[in-house]
Amino acid sequence: MSQSALSADNAVRFLTRRQGKKRLSTADILTYAYLIFGTIIMFGPVAWLVISSFKPERGLIEFPPTLLPYWQQNVLIEGYENPLDLYDVTLEDGTTRRLAQVSRVGIMARMIDPENPSAEPIQVNINQRQPVRYVNFSLDNYTGAIQQFPFLTYLMNSIIVTIAATLVTLLVNSMAAFGLSKYRFRGRDAIFLLILSTLMVPVSVILIPAFLVINEVGWVNNLIGVIIPGAATPTGVFLLRQYMLTIPDELIESARIDGATEWRIYWQVILPLASPALATLAIFSVMWRWNDFLWPLIVLNRSELFTLQVGLNAFQGDLNTQWHYILAMTVLTLLPITIVFAILQRYITTGIATTGMK
Amino acid sequence: MDTAEGRPISRKSGNSPVDLMTRAGAWVLGMGDYIFAPLQKRIGHVRMAYVFVLPNLLIFGIFILLPMFLNFYYGFTSGESILPENRVFVGTDNLEKLLECDNYLDPNTCDEDLFWHGVRNTGTYVVSEVILLVVFALLTALALNSNVAGRAFFRSVFFYPVLLSPVVVALIWKWLLQQDGLLNAFIVSLGGERAPFLLDGGWSQFWVIIVGVWAQMGFYTLILLAGLQAIPADLYEASSIDGANAFRTFRSITLPLLMPTLFVVLVLSLIRAVQVFDHVYVLTNGGPGTATLFIVQYIYRTAFGNRNFGLAAAASLLLAMVLLVLTVAQLRLGRRVDAT
Repeated sequence: MSQSALSADNAVRFLTRRQGKKRLSTADILTYAYLIFGTIIMFGPVAWLVISSFKPERGLIEFPPTLLPYWQQNVLIEGYENPLDLYDVTLEDGTTRRLAQVSRVGIMARMIDPENPSAEPIQVNINQRQPVRYVNFSLDNYTGAIQQFPFLTYLMNSIIVTIAATLVTLLVNSMAAFGLSKYRFRGRDAIFLLILSTLMVPVSVILIPAFLVINEVGWVNNLIGVIIPGAATPTGVFLLRQYMLTIPDELIESARIDGATEWRIYWQVILPLASPALATLAIFSVMWRWNDFLWPLIVLNRSELFTLQVGLNAFQGDLNTQWHYILAMTVLTLLPITIVFAILQRYITTGIATTGMK
Repeated sequence: MDTAEGRPISRKSGNSPVDLMTRAGAWVLGMGDYIFAPLQKRIGHVRMAYVFVLPNLLIFGIFILLPMFLNFYYGFTSGESILPENRVFVGTDNLEKLLECDNYLDPNTCDEDLFWHGVRNTGTYVVSEVILLVVFALLTALALNSNVAGRAFFRSVFFYPVLLSPVVVALIWKWLLQQDGLLNAFIVSLGGERAPFLLDGGWSQFWVIIVGVWAQMGFYTLILLAGLQAIPADLYEASSIDGANAFRTFRSITLPLLMPTLFVVLVLSLIRAVQVFDHVYVLTNGGPGTATLFIVQYIYRTAFGNRNFGLAAAASLLLAMVLLVLTVAQLRLGRRVDAT
């Protein structure tokens, strides 16, 4: 008896085991409550969007909305060109029959029996009928939307911009950060302050003249015009410089004594040591570029050059109330980055969490 | 599979992505040396710093700095053309028009009332958003830093919205907040009345802030989490040996050591909040009325809607001045925080 009590006690202790070998404390319970509530808040809106994207057009204007996507059951009846919607109708004698609706005028619907289509249609008050529905995660909205929306073209443009811009950003910013952190030269502090001061300047503030410059260079309606201007990010230079400051100068000195060129020191000593910060910047850069909206909106006017974000915005503007298509396209737009995140999530989150933002 | 641990240092080159990247790296190294080694011989190794800084500075100069100066030109000229040669010099007319105000606290008494609505809305937005972001990011980071099961999962969940684009974020919430949306259904099921979330000025201002916090909090959480994990564990051990309670430990160890990271979060979130545009543009487009018209959208509208580039540029200049003051103040403050 004492044996089993002991093992039960052990089991409880095992299940509620904490690092400090204490039981689940109030603080732990509060923490879990906070995290679970937070999960609902953070993930619920996205889940609702995804579920809604499978609903038919008329299911989307229903209030209160159903949780799952219900589609109307319909039936093809001889003599009628289009499929007719099925309803469960409560007749005046109290019986319920499954009827197909032929037409509707005001609050009255004309309905026929699918079993016996040649019989005289029955007039039914619309409050007396319930639609016959079934749960269906239909892809109709997706196929319909893709037909009106060159998704693959936009996806390709977004991928090109994101990858090219990230590579340029990493190279250019890390070179600058190396120069600014490991050398003493005239104008260094001035340059750093200058770059830092533009940290607070929104792109939108210099929108007009920046567009003029792009226009003069001839990069309007060119993906390069989206890629290059944003590559000299003050944030990237700042982040990498702060990280490189923590790399001991002795390493560079000894590399120099060994006869390494400055470029080799940069490429083979500094970059590998700064890789956590570089990884962070790469993640930021991919996020920035993939999600960039205002600048591509200004630079790209031809729709075959649109990135996904600009395309989606144009799409939601064109089809103002066609929520069934907008929802499907929104899901398609968030899908690629979600898949990348699902695969790389450990690297992404620990990448940011282990960098030298300290 | 070719894992990092088991791989010999020298090996035949294959075609896996890792090998290709190694070869690409060697190629860049060789190319760089080919170009820069003779240069280094001529100018000496210290001046190589200029070479390293140059590409960044070129892009920076042409696409950020030059436009900033051009902005002055636009601010002091008028005309409907964006081409500099077609514009007329008008001196400080644009600035005066913006600043013409009977009572600065009431935007409706101002000549350019939209601008002052934008200023007031942006101020409210920045203050509320930054406070909410810092508080909730800190709370979340502390929760994730404690010894809970499923930390990696929760961390991913809180971070996930950060990856979503402002357009996607706005559409997610537009769908949730509309008259027949899920949130109103929830309120009705609790016996309430449907709220005009995006049709009422006050509600719109509220939701624009909440959506901003929702979309960005995970990012600052991760930065703070990194800061928390950088605090040496033996400090906590020492404090628990000394018998300090949780609050005392937080106040005497966690908070002071987290201060530099908190400062980074504050600066970054402030910068982002001042620039607010994208998600609001899609969610409310500044409305209803002027309720969520922010300063950047005012500039965008004035420039590309009304083609009044002069007035828009003058507003940009005023905004830039405010930002400059903020930046200097932060650099000062930052130095003090670093010193502690």
